[in-house]
Formats: sequence, C-alpha cells, structure tokens
Amino acid sequence: MQTLGEHKLPHFFHYPPYFTLQPVRETREKQIQLWKELILDYCRVQKIFVIGLEEDFPLFSNPAIERSLNHEAREAFLSAIVLDGRAEWMDKSHRQCLILWHRIKEWADIILHFVKENGLEDSVMTVEEIRTGVESRGTDIHGMDRGVLMRALKLLENKGKLAIFKGASTDDEGVKFSV
Amino acid sequence: MAGNWLLPAETTSSGRPVLRPGEVESSLQPSVDLVNEEHPNLPILKSGLLVLTTHRLLWLPNPESATSPASAVPLATVTHIFQSKKSIKGMFASPRVRFQVSITPDGKVQERGSKSTVITLVFRGKSDPDSFVGKFWEAWRGRAWEGSVETGEGEPGRVELGDGGGSSSSDTGLALKMPVVGVSGILRKEQEMWESTDKSLQDAFQDLNALMSKAKEMVTLAEKMRQKLLSGSSSQANATNDEEMGSKEEMQDWLLSIGIVSPVTKESAGALYHQQLSRQLADFVKIPLERAGGIMNMIDIYCLFNRARGTELISPDDLLRACSLWDKFNVPVMLKKFESGVMVIQNKSHSDEEVFSRIRSLVQKPDALKTGVSATDAARTLGIAPAMAKEHLLAAESKGFLCRDVSPDGFRFYINIFQDIDPNDAYLVKEYGVYDAWIRAAIASR
Repeated sequence: MQTLGEHKLPHFFHYPPYFTLQPVRETREKQIQLWKELILDYCRVQKIFVIGLEEDFPLFSNPAIERSLNHEAREAFLSAIVLDGRAEWMDKSHRQCLILWHRIKEWADIILHFVKENGLEDSVMTVEEIRTGVESRGTDIHGMDRGVLMRALKLLENKGKLAIFKGASTDDEGVKFSV
Repeated sequence: MAGNWLLPAETTSSGRPVLRPGEVESSLQPSVDLVNEEHPNLPILKSGLLVLTTHRLLWLPNPESATSPASAVPLATVTHIFQSKKSIKGMFASPRVRFQVSITPDGKVQERGSKSTVITLVFRGKSDPDSFVGKFWEAWRGRAWEGSVETGEGEPGRVELGDGGGSSSSDTGLALKMPVVGVSGILRKEQEMWESTDKSLQDAFQDLNALMSKAKEMVTLAEKMRQKLLSGSSSQANATNDEEMGSKEEMQDWLLSIGIVSPVTKESAGALYHQQLSRQLADFVKIPLERAGGIMNMIDIYCLFNRARGTELISPDDLLRACSLWDKFNVPVMLKKFESGVMVIQNKSHSDEEVFSRIRSLVQKPDALKTGVSATDAARTLGIAPAMAKEHLLAAESKGFLCRDVSPDGFRFYINIFQDIDPNDAYLVKEYGVYDAWIRAAIASR
C-alpha cells in the first residue's frame, strides 16, 4: 500500500489512466466516483478545507509514475463533488474550491454535540476559542475553517440555539450558547 | 445440335470476366439477348451483360436470374458483320445487330468451321448499338487475337494475367520454352531484354499519347519478365544464393504491381462504369489485402489501384462509389468506416471480434499491464498499419475495455481496471480479477 505523507492511498493511484480524464462515459463516471471519494477522504484526514486549482495539491500528482491531473480534469472532479453538495466554488472562475467533508448542517450538529459534551450549554466563548481552544482539541472542530465555522454558527443562531455578538474586532466575535 | 454451342467463358468471383493475355475490354452493354437465328430451338441467352473485348464477344448472365452459363464467341470465328438496316419496323422493336460465325458440322462455334450460322444480338437496355457496331468492327478488324495465338495454343488452360495483376498458375507453361542455362543465362537474357526494351521505353516517354499506346506492350513485357524470373528461380533454386533470390522476389513484386491490362474505363463501360469498376476493384484488392493482414487503408488502396491502372486513373470519388457498391454484390471484401471517419477496406472474414480478442490478449501481457500499449505496439502485434491499430484501440476503448493515458510520454492504452474496483471500498482488491492482475504486474515490480 502506498502512502502520501501519512495518508494511505489505494493501489489505483499508480494506474496512469487514473490521471487522464477518460472520454468514454461509463469509464469516466467510475473514474470520477473514485476521485470524489479519494479527495473527500484525503481532505477529512488532512483537515483540508480549500483546494486551489492552480496550486500544487499533493493528491493531484503522482511523481512515482510521473503523472498529474490537468486543469480540465481537476475541475471535472471538483465539479462532481460540488454537484453532490459536498463542495462549493469560492469564485466564479473556479480557481478555489471549498471542500465540505461535513456539510454545514453536519458541522452544526457536531458543534451542538461538542457543547453538550463539555457542559458549555450556557457559557460564552469566542469563535477563536472554539477553533483553537483546549476544549475542542481532538475533535473535527479543532482547526476548522473559520468561514465554515461561522456558517455553522449562523445556522444554529437561526434555530435559536445560540447568539453571536460582535466584539471590537472580527477576531473576538463571541458566542453565547443557550441550548 | 448440342446446347452448349458457344464456348464457355470464365468469370471471377465478383463477376468480372477472366481475360486472356493481352485481351482488353472495349465496350460493355447491359441487357442483351443472344439468339441463334437459324436454330431457334437452341436456348436463347436472355438479358445478360455483353462484353466486347479485343479477342472475344462475352455474354455474362444477369446475377439475379442466372439461367444460362457465361458464354463466349471468339472474334476469330466471326466471318461477317451485317450492316443494320434502318426500317420503320426497327424504330419500334429493340435494336438488333447481326453477325455471321463459322461453326463445325455439329454446330459448335469454331474458327474456320465448315458451316456458318447467324447470331443476332438484341439490345433491350438503353444503349447505343451504333457505337457498339463501330467498336465491334474495330475489334474484329484489329485481329488482336492473332498476335497472341502462339501462347494461346501452347497453353489451352487458363492463362490469366489480366485483372488480378497476374497469378502464378501459368508460370510453368512458359518455363519449358525458355532455354535457360544457369544464373548467367538468366542474367544474359535479361540484359538482352533490357537493351531491346530500352528503345521502346524511350519511345514511350516521348509524350503521354505515345505512352498510352505503348502501355499494353509495357504490361505484356513486364508480365513476360515476371514469368521468366519465376521459371528461372524454380529451375535454378539450388544454384542461386539468398541475396539473388531476394532481389528477384523484389523484382517480381515490382513487376506484379505494374498492371491491370484492361482497366474499366468510363469510355468502355459507360453507364455500367461504377458497377464494373467495383467488381474489378474487388478482384484487385484480394492480393494486397492478404499481404496487409486482411485490412487496408482506403488511401493505400487508391494508390495501389491507380498505379496498377497506369494511365486510366480514377478519382477518389469514383473509388469511394465503387467501394460503396460492394454491398450490392456478393464480394468477399467490404468497406468499413470508423467513428473517426477513417475508411478502410477489409476482408469480410477479417472480423472485429478477432482483432478485439487479439488486443485483449496483448494488453494483458505483464509488460503491457505495467506500461500500457501504444498504437505502434499494437500495429506490430496485429500486423497492420499504426493508424489502423489506433482505430481498433479506440474502438476497444469505446466498448469500455481499455483506458487511455495521455502524458508527455505519448498516448497509451491500458486495460480498464476501473470496472473491477468496488465503489464502496476502494481498498478492496478482488482476487483473480483484472485489478488484481494489474497490481501484481505493476505494483509488485516497483
């Protein structure tokens, strides 16, 4: 089994046609399916939220067989994830892609679970505390993308589970839980 | 009086007449009846294709209603061609041409026969009997058969060198007459031949008209030399070394490709042009197709065919039309169009399944599993042109059997392992599957 950093990769990562967008429909569907899962899996394990299409993304090339995905293929695979609702384009020109290995709703549930787990039902925390504090260590929340976190918090706010209040700067936005 | 009072005529499998050495077609007429006027109870040859050559008048049956066998009247037996009379009655009836032939006492057509009979040709199709009569006269007066009598009589069997570019069936016949003494004998003979032909070659190239009139001579010459070479190599096989044999084979090939003696032309075939061209082409492509492994590019055929025709070149459009007519005849070759638009000619026996299974075994070899196959690799294994091999690979790809790999190294094909991967568990490897085989070959060797 080959690895990329600490990530375990399937054997077909060394199959050269895996890196060429296949023209035949049936084959292409299967190829896209395999790529979608590999990308989401990799992002989840590596806690990656944003993939830049023009940047070097370790998954998009395999130096061992000297193959890498071209731009068209990268966009095709990411678009397929976007269609599934597991990713969003961050700009119109599709240069950056936000990967939601948990959907926003799933993130909201994870936050609620985290709050209950730590007995924070009626306490106040800053957003930065949630992302980097001692409490969240060891959970998916730790080190998560700020934009994604804010969207999950807003969803909970709409449901009346918490209130967001602004501090002097964006760095110290606070959250008052009322679960 | 026997029913087969005419001589039998041979045809090729595609229905083209087999011509004698030096025999050239000059006119074709559809839907012609051949009737013996003096013996009306003889079977009437109804509605066939009439072919006038420099040697014979051939009647070929209509393939849909073949009732009578193909028959021939040697022009040598014709003793008189009657002038057609213009009459009011003639305006309504089908045009007729009458001529007299000599026959044996028991009624068979024969040169210098003691009796004679009158044959009438009835033109039922839209044709021009006047121009036919003109050509008939011309051919009859030309007495082209006299020049080739000696070879004709020496070999009563089939002497075919016309349409197919020549076969080896008649090689031994000439070999007996040639007093060849050793390799030097052959070479000396050849030298003499070249010297004597040098002049005619120079004449031929003076201008195109001259070349056209010499074309037949050139082809005859080439054929003679080919046969001489063949006979030489058979009788002197033990004395000649490999190198000489090689150069002889080359020479034979070269001479073989020189010519179709009687190319179908618009002038001789008229409305039947494409149909006859199609049949001639079907006969012609057999040999090159066999050599090329059963499949050939349209462009290659075009070049070969026109080279064989010499001066009577055809246009690509005519070739295409001739090929598309094959569907209608029972010929062993077919025109195939690939998805990319590439057109090829292939033997009907050359099936896609066979090619496909050969590709299948090719891509499953350990090396191919590891590094894939290129069009060139496939071409080498299948014995066909790379462009054609690529078409086959693309066809296999579109069936989901192969996958492509486009990289700076080039365009390569691999066996499709995607189908063998479990979508729910990318890490699972089914035993003895294609994926498993690929892992063993490609990963294990890393």
